[in-house]
Amino acid sequence: MENIQNLEKIASQVRRDLLRMIHAKKSGHPGGSLGVTELLVSLYFEIMEHNKDFKMDGINEDLFFLSIGHTSAAWYSVLARSGYFPISELASFRAINSRLQGHPATAEGLPGIRIASGSLGQGLSNACGAALAKKLNNDDKFVYCLLGDGEIQEGQVWEAAMFAQARKIDNLIAFIDYNKQQIDGTIEDVMNLKNLRQKWEAFNWIVLECNGNDFQELISTIKQAQKLSGKGQAIMILSKTEMGKGVDFMTGSHKWHGIPPSDEQLENALSQLEETLGDY
Amino acid sequence: MSKYTYTEKKDTRSGFGAGLTELGELNKNVVALCADLTGSLKMNEFQKKHPERFFQAGIAEANMMGVAAGLTIGGKIPFAGTFAGFATGRVYDQIRQAIAYSNKNVKIAASHAGITLGEDGATHQILEDIGMMKMLPNMTVIVPCDYNQTKAATIAIAEHQGPVYLRFGRPAVPNFTKPNQKFEIGKAELLYTGKDVTILANGHMVWKAIEACEILLEKGIEAEVFNIHTIKPFDKEAVLNSIKKTKAMVCAEEHMLNGGLTDTAAQMLALNFPIPIEAVAIDDKFGESGTPDQLMEKYGLTSDNIVAAVEKVLKRK
Repeated sequence: MENIQNLEKIASQVRRDLLRMIHAKKSGHPGGSLGVTELLVSLYFEIMEHNKDFKMDGINEDLFFLSIGHTSAAWYSVLARSGYFPISELASFRAINSRLQGHPATAEGLPGIRIASGSLGQGLSNACGAALAKKLNNDDKFVYCLLGDGEIQEGQVWEAAMFAQARKIDNLIAFIDYNKQQIDGTIEDVMNLKNLRQKWEAFNWIVLECNGNDFQELISTIKQAQKLSGKGQAIMILSKTEMGKGVDFMTGSHKWHGIPPSDEQLENALSQLEETLGDY
Repeated sequence: MSKYTYTEKKDTRSGFGAGLTELGELNKNVVALCADLTGSLKMNEFQKKHPERFFQAGIAEANMMGVAAGLTIGGKIPFAGTFAGFATGRVYDQIRQAIAYSNKNVKIAASHAGITLGEDGATHQILEDIGMMKMLPNMTVIVPCDYNQTKAATIAIAEHQGPVYLRFGRPAVPNFTKPNQKFEIGKAELLYTGKDVTILANGHMVWKAIEACEILLEKGIEAEVFNIHTIKPFDKEAVLNSIKKTKAMVCAEEHMLNGGLTDTAAQMLALNFPIPIEAVAIDDKFGESGTPDQLMEKYGLTSDNIVAAVEKVLKRK
């Protein structure tokens, strides 16, 4: 395993990147992006077999689908820090004529992105299709997909859940970023999801749970999921996170879903996050 | 003696099924998905011959479109089939984001389109689908006219890189185009040469335009008739060349006036070479139950309606 300390360093830099990106354009989604940082860093720096020389078909590579497209800033930082495109390009986030669109897109040809996301509820279906293509191609690599907990209020997610069990898609490992927050408030208040484990188990998925802000726990859970794959069932990891993780005044609140930090707030936030790999 | 004849009537959906079956042998990357309408779309043969490449999606069209988009990433060419209403309006956002915007090589196979779906009524008779699909950047929109042409179009779109909306129908209609024809996406097909008026038609209305042309010839009116099987990209050059000669146009389509073939042609002419246009289309109304023929008559989609539209447009010249 890549040393956990090293992953922590990357995560700290990714958090700095995404906050600076969102602050610079006074637009973006810091809360969710901060919350999923450990997961994205784990996948790209520890778990996935992937090639920074990007090919759309991703044959013989592990693939990742970000269904919650609004956490793009975190993904872009991780992709750049993985070598998919120049780190300096992070400065073009959400700018005119940029490849780093507000929500991930393929139209501008940004390496690492295989399908657009942003309109919620669609990524799991896309991941199911990519997983089926892998089976047809005798490609034994995995497909990973990250959903939000609020996102699964979309009906299409449950269509995909049914489809995966009916078609026995067992090379798919999905995550729910389980931070219990959505734009209008707590999930409990807006549209209570009740027992997520039971819901996914009822759809015949294997369900695992972990602290999604803890590298050790996250990585061992994903490795456990890999061992459970290939037996006719898709796997769902309930990745319990805190929205806004890593910045004290943002942690645990839905209020930072879609607003940028002010100059002073950025300064405060960056003082809590070590610059480990050099800012872009 | 008519220039065009047919020996049998066949449904265009069977042309799709036959084309898909042939593609199964021709191209190993072709896969198919269907939302619980395999028999209606004549996809059974493909399913039987290539069970590993057929995916039953159940009554869950949004997911089907998303899965189709995902399949393209591994190099597959998915044909996703359902009724035209459920293949467009129900899943517009999925098509928009995952297929059109992402420019994925998905072929949307939309059956039972238009009012000739018949007895099931307006819930199932989509008349807005072409408008929705042609508005999407990257999307190619094709409406073939008979069995043979639907089969040829099905085979041709597998070779085309990019999303395609292929619209076909339920009832048996004259099968008059050549078997094993070469289908050229984006090319207007000239059926009659004439000097007095240009008629554009697509889908089931092409045969009716042929009938209308014969009636008009008896009246001494020479119509130039095109089968516009591809609405997008629209064959601007062929149509402009024709109307510069005829200086009058009639468009005939089994679709809402707003958003269909007339809409595309009128917009192009208004911007380039304004001339009088008349339409044979459905004007801002939902359909209802009835047999296909009864409905075509009631909603004004017959060869007589085309003749009347021509006579009207000629007076405006």
